[in-house]
Amino acid sequence: MTADRQEKGLLRYSGWTRLNHWLVAISFVLLVLSGLPFFHPFFWSLTGLFGGPTMTRILHPYIGLFMTLFFLIMAVSFFKESLLKRHDIQWLKQIRDVLTNRDERLPPVGKNNAGQKLVYWIMLFCVAGLLVTGLLIWQPYFADAVSITLRRLASMGHAYIAFLAITTLIIHIYSGIWVKGSFQAMIRGHVSKAWAKHHHGLWYEEEMKKEHRRGEIERQHTSSQPRGLE
Amino acid sequence: MRGEQINSQNIIARSATSVPSPQERDGGIDTVTKLIDVSRCIGCKACQVACSEWNDLRDEVGECVGEYDNPADLSPNTWQVMRFNEYENEQGNLEWLIRKDNCMHCAEPGCREACPAPGAIVQYANGIVDFNSELCIGCGYCVAGCPFDVPRISKKDGKSYKCTLCSDRVFNGLEPACVKSCPTGSIMFGTKKDMLDLAETRTDFLKSRGFDSAGIYDPSGVGGTHVIYVLQHADKPEIYNDLPRDPRISPMVDAWKGVTKPLMSAAIGLAALTGFFHYVTAGPKELSEEDIEAVRADEAREAERKAEREASERNREERS
Repeated sequence: MTADRQEKGLLRYSGWTRLNHWLVAISFVLLVLSGLPFFHPFFWSLTGLFGGPTMTRILHPYIGLFMTLFFLIMAVSFFKESLLKRHDIQWLKQIRDVLTNRDERLPPVGKNNAGQKLVYWIMLFCVAGLLVTGLLIWQPYFADAVSITLRRLASMGHAYIAFLAITTLIIHIYSGIWVKGSFQAMIRGHVSKAWAKHHHGLWYEEEMKKEHRRGEIERQHTSSQPRGLE
Repeated sequence: MRGEQINSQNIIARSATSVPSPQERDGGIDTVTKLIDVSRCIGCKACQVACSEWNDLRDEVGECVGEYDNPADLSPNTWQVMRFNEYENEQGNLEWLIRKDNCMHCAEPGCREACPAPGAIVQYANGIVDFNSELCIGCGYCVAGCPFDVPRISKKDGKSYKCTLCSDRVFNGLEPACVKSCPTGSIMFGTKKDMLDLAETRTDFLKSRGFDSAGIYDPSGVGGTHVIYVLQHADKPEIYNDLPRDPRISPMVDAWKGVTKPLMSAAIGLAALTGFFHYVTAGPKELSEEDIEAVRADEAREAERKAEREASERNREERS
């Protein structure tokens, strides 16, 4: 058991979290692919992926609802660890060091760094905004009941927020490629202790304390029980 | 699509298309215009019937809502509606203003600007703005784009419909069905120039009859329209069932569909490229040997402490 834990490293994302994340990620990518054709005709050929232009228009809102639901679950479970702390501000101030990989100069951060936290908050804003504006222009269900001015505002808002969301998504995906081990963390769930110490120093300390406590309890448990039986 | 079979080489603009549309055959084509002289309309609705007849449209029989407008509004099956307005003029007399409401065939159509489907909305060299319903995807953007609230989405097939200005008739040298049916000559059809001349004659006449503010409604905010009105009170277009005073494509539609979109599309591409070049120049973020050593040291310390504690406990046990 102990050997197994050591080999696997630290559990960063549970199975449910990973499943949740990838359901959101897949539907998000599908939303980008099915939404871009309506954003600019340059992307029109993407409608071919969804069975034609009209089918793309019909499917897009349903994928959106699906994603919103699972995003909401994920947002709730990630809420606490996404609150910005004082050290996050310092980390952000040193964004140059982050980008140039001078990690030794950076303050240690918790389970998520400020970049990840910003992705959380931006996406939370985007998904809420896209849901509301999307519902307002959803043909044939809601749009007819919405005033034309509001539909114009919602259409514009949907496009602008989608732009922000897509840009954030690109940064998010790139970070997964750039920071070695982080993509693997979301795939397998575990990270090595060295990875945790390097990228999330405070989280590593916390986990080590937990492990120490766990060890203490285990030891007391095993050493006290046989004595009681004697 | 009506019109396209007849000629697909005189399209001056298509929706969601940035390359030029086939328009070599636009030479010698005069733009057409339908003139609606509100002052001559008697509200007989012959034009509405002719429209349904020619276009094979049969709207559901509705209910009387206490006004003469029938049907009460435009629909996918009703491409024009006579709007009846009771207006009390300065002299305290009642005027019955009856405006034939239908697509205005703007020179700069908001529907075309908003439409995301390439070629679903086309503008012919003769000025007619037509919906190519086979390419329509039913997103409803044209409804949001239109400054006159004209297009309607069908519940039957989810596509958008509006007046075609009888493009099929016009391409064969005929006037639109509504024009043909009008018994008072309130609706006239011809080249834009001729119709403006005629409209001017009519406004001069109206002025001579005491309608000092009679005028032509050909709003420049949308580049002029191919359906123009002669109004007795051109200074108050609102009294004609909220005819917009200065219609133009909403700034929100411009902000939504204008230059921002190609810019944002480019920015999305650039973001991805920036990532790639960052990787090429700065390289990946990796662990250092020191991290691995540090963790090993931590583990060793932890093991040491554990052993110490165990030893001290054993001592305590032995003593007791």
